[in-house]
Amino acid sequence: MEWTDDAIVLSSRPFGDTAALVVALTREHGRHAGVLHGGQSQRYRGVLEPGAQVAVRWRARTADQLGTWTVEPVRSPAGLYLDDPLRLAAIVAAAALMDAVLAEREAHPGLYDATLALFQALDLDIWPAIYVRWEVGLLEEVGFGLDLTQCASTGQPVGTPNDQLAYVSPRTGRAVSLSAGEPYRDKLLPLPGFLIGLGFQGGGEEDVAAGLRLTGHFLERHVFAQRHAEVPPARQRLVERYLRANGLPAPRVEGAESREP
Amino acid sequence: MIGPEIDRLIQLLSRLPGLGPRSARRAALHLIKKRDQLMDPLAEALAAAAARIRTCPVCGNLDTVDPCGVCRDPSRDSTTLCVVEEVGDLWALERTGAYRGLYHVLGGTLSALDGIGPDDLAVPGLLARVAQGTDGVAVREVILALNATAGGQTTAHYLTDRLSGLNVAISRLAHGVPVGGELDYLDDGTLTAALRARRTLG
Repeated sequence: MEWTDDAIVLSSRPFGDTAALVVALTREHGRHAGVLHGGQSQRYRGVLEPGAQVAVRWRARTADQLGTWTVEPVRSPAGLYLDDPLRLAAIVAAAALMDAVLAEREAHPGLYDATLALFQALDLDIWPAIYVRWEVGLLEEVGFGLDLTQCASTGQPVGTPNDQLAYVSPRTGRAVSLSAGEPYRDKLLPLPGFLIGLGFQGGGEEDVAAGLRLTGHFLERHVFAQRHAEVPPARQRLVERYLRANGLPAPRVEGAESREP
Repeated sequence: MIGPEIDRLIQLLSRLPGLGPRSARRAALHLIKKRDQLMDPLAEALAAAAARIRTCPVCGNLDTVDPCGVCRDPSRDSTTLCVVEEVGDLWALERTGAYRGLYHVLGGTLSALDGIGPDDLAVPGLLARVAQGTDGVAVREVILALNATAGGQTTAHYLTDRLSGLNVAISRLAHGVPVGGELDYLDDGTLTAALRARRTLG
C-alpha cells in the first residue's frame, strides 16, 4: 500500500526514541495516522507543528496497518504567528478540533480546502468571522450542520425583508426568524448576521462572539457529548482570549476555571 | 543461557534513551568485561546519584544540595528570572555562560493533546516567586526562554497574561536566523520571524 497526498498536520508525539506518531488531515484520505521515522530529529523541527501544510507519502504492507510517513514541508502557519497569541490560538484550536472529531480514514476534501483557506485568511482583519464560518463547516462535515436557510417555525427563507432570521434553536440547529423567535429569545441562540450574508453589526466583535457561542454550543452538546468527551481546551482558550482582547464579557462557565490552551 | 541478573541488567539498559535490546546486550557485556574500570564505579555513581540528587524546591533544577547551586549562588542577579521548559534547557543556557540570573523550570508546556494544564506545571510557584521576590529582592524581569513551537509559545502567551499584573518586565528569546544559518535553507516561519525582529545597524 502506498499513496501520496497533501496534508495538514494535526498532532505529533514522540514514538520510541527517535520516531514520531503523526496524525494529519490528508485531502483525499482524511484524518490519517502514521509513524515518521526520525520525526524527533532537528530536520523535522517546525515541520510537525499543528496546522503545518505538508506533502506526504504513506506506506504500509496492508491497508489496516499504522504505516509510515514520508513528509515534505510546504508551509507552517503556526511558525508565522508564534508572536500573535490570538491567531496562534486559532490554528491550535482548529487542529485540535479536527484531531478530536474527525473519524479516521474518512475523506473530507471540502474541510481540507476550507482549513487551508482559513489559515491563509489569518492575515485579514475579518479572520475571526472566517474562523466561525469554518467551525460551522466542521459541524456540517461531522453530521451536525446548522440549517440557516429558512425559519424553522414559519418557513420564511433567508433574506425576507423586515423579518430576518435572527436566532437558532439550540435543540435542532435550525434558524428562527426575528418575529417567531421573539417570545422565546431567552431560550434561543442569537444568529450573527454574517453567517447568513448580512454583514456585521458595529465592529463585528460581538457578532463573532455570538458565532463562537453558537458553534461552541453544538460542538459541546452534540459532537463531544456524544463521544463522552469535552471540547478541547485549546478551543476554550481561543474563545476566552478573543473575548478578553475585545473587552467582551466571559461566558458563564460551569465548574472551575478552564485548564490550558 | 543468560542468568537472571544479566537478563535484568539488559532489560533495564534497554529502557535507556537510544538503546534497544541489541545495544543493551552490547553495553551489558562491555560493563561485565570492564568490571573494575567501569561497572563498579558506574554502580557507585548511580547509587550516589539516586540517593542524593533532589529537585530544587525553589526553581525545579536538579542538584545534590537544597536549594540548588544556582539558587544559592550570591553572585547571581536575583532580579532576573529565566523560565525554561525542562532542566535540559537550563543546562543549555548555563553552558553559554551568557546568563547570570536565576531560573524557573516549568516541567513542560501546556498541551491539549497530552492534557497538560497550568496546574500540572510549576506555574503557581513562578507566580509566587515573582509576586514575593527572591530573598527579599524584587524580580524586575522574567525571560520566557521557551521553545519556538506552538506549544512553547502558547505557554509563553499564557504566562504573559498571568504575569501582566505583577509589575514585572516580560521578555522572550529572539526567533530568527541561527548562527551559521543560510537563508536558502530556512523555513518560512523562521524567515518571517527574523524579518519582523530585524534590527537597525549603525
